[in-house]
Amino acid sequence: MTKSRSVINDRVAPNPVNAEGVIKGSVQLIHAVGMHARPAVKLVKLAKRFQCQIAMRVAGRVDWVDAKSLTKVMATRAARDSIIEFEASGADASAAVAALVTLIAQDFPDGGH
Amino acid sequence: MSDTVSIVIVSHSRDIARGTADMVRQMVGDEVKVAFCGGNADGGLGTDVPRILDAIGTVWSPKGVAVLVDLGGAETNSEMAVEMLPEERRGRVVVCNAPIVEGAVMAATEAAGGSPLDKVQAAAEELAAG
Repeated sequence: MTKSRSVINDRVAPNPVNAEGVIKGSVQLIHAVGMHARPAVKLVKLAKRFQCQIAMRVAGRVDWVDAKSLTKVMATRAARDSIIEFEASGADASAAVAALVTLIAQDFPDGGH
Repeated sequence: MSDTVSIVIVSHSRDIARGTADMVRQMVGDEVKVAFCGGNADGGLGTDVPRILDAIGTVWSPKGVAVLVDLGGAETNSEMAVEMLPEERRGRVVVCNAPIVEGAVMAATEAAGGSPLDKVQAAAEELAAG
């Protein structure tokens, strides 16, 4: 696992708000092997700490999946260097998107409870 | 966090049960309690009801216990163990219809967020449904 690219890269773009109160963010997946089991577990555990609904997809695909479902997140099989998009709605949506984008940008660091 | 659903892994093979428990601890973390049992007293393959009951007892949580099993006897013996539990615990233990390794990781990830037993079971069984 490469730890060298922990700098938040310039693809990180959590945009605040649109008219419907949906918070959006996107980030490049730099993890060496893509969205495999361990990164997916970390992402889902983090997503579950928020009350809001969080949808996720690989940029360019049609379907959004529930970022709180490990089965669905793993099933995206998102490849390295793909762009992951989030859309969240609910009281803590901004914090959720920011946290998830940071997790991926920092390449899924250990110990983020 | 102690108020999470716990996980029990029941395999015919002690090595598979232990390895599955290791995967859960390493991938999901230690906030979810995990117990495992497998094999018979002679070190061969098998499952038995008293050991399953012990495993459930060691990780008992008021939020409940999700049991992941492999084949045949592991399932029937786990169901028998559930029936032998004290009545107040019986309704809070479920045997999941899911592949043992994947189901254990799915269930534990769901449990780590504090989800109730029915959601933990659903997360494990989502794979089988797919």
